[in-house]
Parts: sequence; structure tokens; C-alpha cells
Amino acid sequence: MRYLAVLIVALWPALLAAAEWEDHQTFGDTEASAPLRILSSTDTSFFAPIIAAFVARQPGVAVEYLVTGTADLDARFRDAPAAYDVVISSAMDLQLKLANDGFAAPLDMPEHPDRAQWHKRLFGFTTEPAAIVVNKELFADLPLPRSRQDLIEVLRANPERFTGKVGTYDVRDSGLGYLFATQDARSSETFWRLMEVMGRLDARLYCCSGEMIDDLATGRLAVAYNVLGSYAEARATEAGALTVILPSEFPTAMMRTALISRAAPQPEVAKAFLRHLIQMQAGGGDAGFPLPPLATSNDATGGTSISLDPALMTYLDRMKRQMFIQEWENAIVQQD
Amino acid sequence: MKYLLVEDNVDLADAIAARIKFDGHTVDHAARIDEAVAFVQTNEYDLILLDIMLPDGDGRSFLRQHRATANTTPVIVLTARSQVSDRISLLDLGADDYLTKPFDHAELQARCRAVLRRNAGAAHSTLRLGDVEFDSVGGVLKVGGAVITLRNRELRLLELLMTARGQVFSKQKLVDRLFSYDDDVSENAIEVYIARLRKHLEGSAVQITTLRGLGYRLDHDR
Amino acid sequence: MTAEVHVHGSLRRRLGLILTGGAAVLAVILYLAVRTFAAQIAQQGQDSILNASVTSILDTAVLRDGEVLLDFPYASLSMLGTSADDRVFYAIHADDRLLSGYDSLPAPGASQDSLPRFRTTDHGGEPVRMATDARTLIGAQGQTTVTVSVAQTQDALSETLNAISRRVALFGIGFFALSTALALWAAATTSRQLRRLTTSVTRRGPQDLRPVAQPVPSEMGPLVASLNTLMGRLDHALTRSEEFLAEAAHRVRTPLATVRAYAETTLQRVDNPDNRKALHAMIRAIDESSRAASQLLDHAMVTFRADTLTREDLELSELLRDLVDRMRPVADMKDITLSLRAEGPAVLHGDAILLQNALRNLIDNALKYAPAETRVEVAVRSEGAGPVVTVIDEGPGFDAAEIDTLATRFVRGKAMGHTIGSGLGLTIVQAVVLAHGATMTLSNTAEGGACVTLQF
Repeated sequence: MRYLAVLIVALWPALLAAAEWEDHQTFGDTEASAPLRILSSTDTSFFAPIIAAFVARQPGVAVEYLVTGTADLDARFRDAPAAYDVVISSAMDLQLKLANDGFAAPLDMPEHPDRAQWHKRLFGFTTEPAAIVVNKELFADLPLPRSRQDLIEVLRANPERFTGKVGTYDVRDSGLGYLFATQDARSSETFWRLMEVMGRLDARLYCCSGEMIDDLATGRLAVAYNVLGSYAEARATEAGALTVILPSEFPTAMMRTALISRAAPQPEVAKAFLRHLIQMQAGGGDAGFPLPPLATSNDATGGTSISLDPALMTYLDRMKRQMFIQEWENAIVQQD
Repeated sequence: MKYLLVEDNVDLADAIAARIKFDGHTVDHAARIDEAVAFVQTNEYDLILLDIMLPDGDGRSFLRQHRATANTTPVIVLTARSQVSDRISLLDLGADDYLTKPFDHAELQARCRAVLRRNAGAAHSTLRLGDVEFDSVGGVLKVGGAVITLRNRELRLLELLMTARGQVFSKQKLVDRLFSYDDDVSENAIEVYIARLRKHLEGSAVQITTLRGLGYRLDHDR
Repeated sequence: MTAEVHVHGSLRRRLGLILTGGAAVLAVILYLAVRTFAAQIAQQGQDSILNASVTSILDTAVLRDGEVLLDFPYASLSMLGTSADDRVFYAIHADDRLLSGYDSLPAPGASQDSLPRFRTTDHGGEPVRMATDARTLIGAQGQTTVTVSVAQTQDALSETLNAISRRVALFGIGFFALSTALALWAAATTSRQLRRLTTSVTRRGPQDLRPVAQPVPSEMGPLVASLNTLMGRLDHALTRSEEFLAEAAHRVRTPLATVRAYAETTLQRVDNPDNRKALHAMIRAIDESSRAASQLLDHAMVTFRADTLTREDLELSELLRDLVDRMRPVADMKDITLSLRAEGPAVLHGDAILLQNALRNLIDNALKYAPAETRVEVAVRSEGAGPVVTVIDEGPGFDAAEIDTLATRFVRGKAMGHTIGSGLGLTIVQAVVLAHGATMTLSNTAEGGACVTLQF
């Protein structure tokens, strides 16, 4: 009975979003009989320049860009691996498990850094830290937190100001949220104390970074934890009130990863696209790469990137996930 | 002159001895080294003719022994070997000359004469007939005190005639004695030498008489 | 004088081949052994990590409210990271029920024998190494056996193995190259001993049949011993054959001498022309046969010695003076004036015995063919390249038609009538002259006499 409940919770987003896509766009030669199908968790706006550059270089090629959440993406792909050519996701653990389970096709990229590829099948192409994002206006005279500990203290000290105004990922819905949460929990007990504090403040739970940033911008949220820094930075320029803070004690950074489906209908185009992606990444922002390129080393962000390692599968273990979510719910949800 | 012939082959020794005696010399014959040593110890010889292969040893050991006793009697080795190294070692061991068997008696004579002439210590026998003095070894003829040098064949002819004076020699016999058997000489060649000798002996007490049809004879005016 | 030797194979090559072949086999064995050993070590390494992973997972197994829970640490799978990013699979079973992980891995089965178990199996078409261990949990409702299997692909392992194999192969090749060099060196050293022996035997003089005295390796002992025995026998045989030859000559010449002496004596007493003619013929035949025998023997000796000259520095004029003195009695018999004209020193590096033999033959010939009461002149002078010896007589000279063929064996000058001489004399001279790298020229003087010129 309990298992069934957990299963339903786990598959809930997938069931919900099965029918339609968050976004669905086609690039390039619309006459092309079979487009390259890219399954992605990344907003189209970030990927449009990359794909545009690709189709410009490859005449007669069309690209179909399908966007969905990380957990849904994983489920869809496992269901029909032959329907997609390239899978791009920010959930490194899910991606690694796909590769480990044999869903990915190999590709030789000797010039690509070793730490950013796994088994010649999974390729990281960004370094994106998880950030604390605050609305400066709502903080007003309060000092901006520099670390998780700062955040805990400021939240505890001002429950009236922050009740209902704090937000984070719903790890049950979001693959990326789950990844960030598990990595945080692995690093420090501070995570659980923060979750408890946020639970007491009636934290709002989100499926995606985009919505969290929207709410921050409108002032519905004063602070959001574990937001994708890259998305926040992009929005911070338009909404002046937003401030992106990388926790000083241990910023967690993830790599956005891509793999080619082993059952890809168009393997050659898929390989060409991946090479194009990696190449563009290597050029960085100057070459028009819209996402934060790979950090040259772990020290660049002052913290640790989550490494591509079979251990990423640890928290995907059914029992581990069940126990983690239970604990997380105990901390944040059942405070209601 | 007195010869010692050391030769184990009795037939050959007899033949050589006969031939030497024919020339008017005396010969002792030893068939073994020990005999030869005994002969040398008890007699004085003008010349020793030595065979190399002897029943009781090598003739060379006799030669070595002989030279060790400071005996100056010349030795001519008669060898049946012909190897060059043998000839050289023989001379090194103190032989005065050597001759390979079989040999021409005339050559033996010639070598004996040469050896004797070289051997200063040997007493030269001189034949004297009136005013004619003849040293057959030195090859010197003195007629009335005047010295006449003879050529080899003249010398041998004179020696022959003088040692058997009064005896008649046919031309044939003289050719046999004077010429080598491989020289093809006519008997008339003798006449040349007779004429030369007569010229040398002219006016002396000695003359060579021609006996028609028989030959020549040396006569002496008393 | 080199006899043909039947050569089959080469000791050096055979030794080299055996040693090189041995080295090759050793190198291959070494390669296989090290590779197998390395594979074992590498497999043990992977097994121990797999086992550690299994243990760390299994350690976390607890029974809570009758439910099996495993809160295994991050490190359990993290420790399985390899340079080749090997794929990792795991399965956790409670009794026979899959709790979590991959159902594609083989089920634990009932057998509890010898845990932990390691096996190589196939997973999704790829070989994987799998470790399995089990633990029994006892709770209120009874006991449950938790089985954990962790499997890993073997890409890193085979990469490591390939790297080791490459290195071992290189090492094997190096070993082989070094061994080959050593083998060649050993073979060369061994054959050098043989060559040294060969050289010492080859360098010997023709008469030198002493045993080999220099030290040789024990393996060559028997060869050298039998060589020494052979040389001893050869020496003995040679000495005996020399003795035999001397004995034979003695046996033939002594009776001949007897006959000749008797014939001569008899001739003195016989007057009958027919008898005298017969005796003459007899004496001449004896002389011819003995001279022929001498010259044949001389010729054999010269031919033998010409292959290996025993050279020394000689004063030719001294050598000629001795010869002329010794020949003078013979010249006197025919009243021939034999003279030697030596102008200055005439040094020659040559074989004394051969030269003496050759020159004696020349003078002998001149005395034989010159008429009585003539002159034979031997002259020696140094001229440019080397000494020149001429022997001139006042005889009839050489037949112009025969002058080129005279030095050929057994040819006798036509004009010489029945003068005893086998013609071998000039052949002997020619052989000696050739052995000394000199030339012999036959010519006639203006007065018609024979002139032989040796240019050294």
C-alpha cells in the first residue's frame, strides 16, 4: 500500500505531462523528411542559438526540440528510446543511469575533458551552480545571506517576514531538485536544518526553476533555495530586485549532460549535433554559447561540481529514494 | 796412396777397390763402422771413402767421431741418397766432398785430387824420372827445374803413363781412362793430348813412344 | 694445396639458431606467464573492490517493521569508478524477491555455497564480473536472507591488461633482442676458439707436425687430441716414407754403382769392340737412369716446397761461390774453365735449398753440354728490382725452335745428342723461379752459346 503510494508520487509528474510538451519547436529545413529529435529539459530559449547555428551549418537538416521536466524526460525516453536521437538533461543521475543501462550510443571525443564525459556516452557541457536567489526589496534592511547558515539564521530570526515567502524544488517532482537535495544532504547536515526551517515557514514547492524565478521577480517569494544560477542570472538582468548568491561554504554545481540514443533513428546527425554542441561550449560565451560553459576546474566556482560517477545511481535506488523522500517530507512537508 | 773404403756392400766395395788398385793405389776395406774405427786407429790413410748407410749405424756418426779426434784425413762420402738437405748436412758434419752413387770413377778421381790438393797437411807424392819431376796431386810438372802447368787431361794422361811406365796403352784404353762415357770422342782425340805432352817433355829424359798399331808407351833414358 | 672439404651447415649458425630460438620460446613463455599473472592480479583487484562494494551495501541491511531496508552509502557505488567508466549493476534481493536494483542480473538462487561468490557472466551482451554475498537478518516474524550482487563491466580491466600486455610484449622483444645479441656473441666467441686453432694449424710450416700445445676449451679437447694423434701418425708415416725413399734409393743405387764399377773395370781389360760397345751402352744406361731418378726426386721435393717457401735473406754470390767450388772438379775433367763473376752484393729473400738446387741444375746443364776446353761463366749482379743470375756457356746453344718448350717436363734438347740429361733440370729451375716470383729467360749468345738468365 505504501509502496504503491510512493510509486504514484514518483510517477506523478510523468503521468501528468505525458500527453503534452512544455515546449515543442522545429528548426531548419521543414521539408526534411525526418528531423533530429532532441529530448531536453532545458528551456528552448537557451538552446535556440545552438540549434540555429547547427542547422545553418548542416543544410537539409531539421531539428525538433522537445522540452519537458527531467523526471518526465527520463520516463518518456525509457518508454520509447527509438523515438529520440539526443537526450539533454540537467539531472545528471538520471542521465548517468540511462547510459549505465545501455540506452546511450558511444561517441569518441578525445579532446573533451575526461571529468565531463562518462563511458564515452554521456557528455557534460555546462557547469551550473545551485544558488540562493533573493528578492532584495523584500529583504529590505535585513542582511543578505552569504551561506546556508546565514540563510537559516535570517529565516529563523524573521519568521513573520518569510512565512509563505520561501521556496525550493519539490524533490518528488523535479529530477534536478532531487539531485541537488541529495548532493546537499550528502555534504552537510545543514541541509536538513534548512529544510526544517523552511518547512516551518510553510515553504512553497516548485517543479521547475522558471516558476520559482517568476515568483521571486513578482515578490511572491523573498528567497528561493537551490535555484539554477544560470536561469536566475538571465532573469536578474531584467528584474533588478533579484540577487543570485552562491553559498560560500560549498556551492553545488551540476553539469548539463547530453547523450545519443542507442536506438537513434539518425545517429550520424545526432553525433554531428553533439560534436557541434561540445565545440560551441568550448568556445564559451564569446562563441555565442548561451549557457555557462564547463568550468575549467572545480576551483573556478569555489565549490565542487557533481562528478559523473556510478555513485549518482545511489539515490535512484528505490529504497534509498523512498527513505530520502520520507525524510525530506518529514522535514518540509509534514510541518503543515 | 792409401785409401780406406768403408762400404757394407761387398760387391760394390770389391769393384771400387779393384778400380782404385787398377790406378796403382792401395785400399783397405771396412764393411762396418767399428771395423773402420779400428782401421783408422792402426793405420794412416791419405783418404777415406765413406758410405752413409752401414749395418751398425749411420756413416755420419763415424764422421762426427772422426772429426772429434782431430784426425785430418779427408773424407769423401759416397751416398746413395740424393736429397739436397742430406748433402748440406754432410758438408756441415765435416765431409770434404760427397758423391752420389753410381758415380763415374773419373769424377771420383777428380774429386779426390781436389780434396787432396785442398788438404795442405797431406804429403804429396812426387814421381821422379831423371830430370822430370811430377806431382800428380798438385798437377805440377818440372822439366829440368822449369815448372810447367798441365791441364787436367794432360795431367791425367801423364800420370797414367808415368805410373805404369814401360807399359803399352792402346788409344782405346786411354780414351776410356781420360774421357767421360757420355763424351763422344774419337780415338784420334788422344793424339792431341799425346802431342801436347811430347811438347812439354821435349828435351827431357822422358819420352812417349808410339808403337804403331799397339799404342803408346812412356820411356825413360837412363 | 687446399683439399676440398664437404661443408654442411655452420656450428656458429646452428648455435646462434638454437640460442635465438630458445630465447624466442622463453620470450613467448615469459609474455604468456606475465600476462596470465597480470590478468589474475587485475581480476583479484576488481574482485576485491566488488566485494568491498557488496559488503558496504550489505552492512546497511536492517529489518524495520518486518521490512528490509538498505540505506547504503554513496561510497558503495563510488568506489567502483574506473578510468574507463565501467558500467555498474547491482541487485538487492530479500530471499528471492528483488528489493531494488537491476532485475536483469542473475537471481541469487538457492545455493549458499562459498560466499562471497565471484563469477564472470553476461549482461546485456557484455561480459561483467559479479560479486555476490548474503546476510541473514533475524526479526520478530522470522528470518530473511538479504543477497547483494554487484557487477561491473571489464573495460578498465582489459585496458589495463592491454597496457600490461603491450609493456610485457615490449619487454619480451627487448629480452629477445638482448638474448639474440648474447647468443650471437656466444656463437662468435665459440667459433673464435675454433678459428684460433685453425689459424695456429694453418700457419705451421710444412714440416711442422708437432702436437698442438696451446690450451683449448674442454669441448675441443677430443678434437685436438685426435688431431694430435693424426699428426703424430702423419709425422711417423712421413718419416717412414722418407726413410723408405732413402732406403729405396740406396737399394737401387748401390747395385747400380756395383754394376757400373765392374763395367768400368771390365772395360779396361776388354779389347773386343762389340763387348766394349755393350759395356759403354750399359754404363750410359746406368748413368741416365740414376740421373733421372735424382731429378725426379728433386722435382718432387721442389714441387712440395714451392707451396710453402721457407724464406730467409740470402747473399746470392756466396751461395753461387760454394756451388761453383763444388762443381769445379767436374768442370776440370773436361778442362772447362768455370768462373763466377759477382758484382757487388746481391741479397735475395728466398728459399736457400730450392735456389741451390735450381742453380746447381743450371751449372750442371752447362757443364754437360759445353765442349771440352771452353768456358762456362756464372754471373750475378743486382739490377733494379732484384738480383740477376746468368749462366753462359760456349756450347751449341738452344735450338731456336725449342726455346719456348724446353722448360717443359721431360723434353730434352735436340742438339745435345746423347748427352745424359732428362730435361727435367730446366723444369725444376722453372718451378723454383716461379715460386720466387722471378722469370727465367733462355737465349743464345752472339757466339752461339746458351745463356740462361734468372731475373729475381
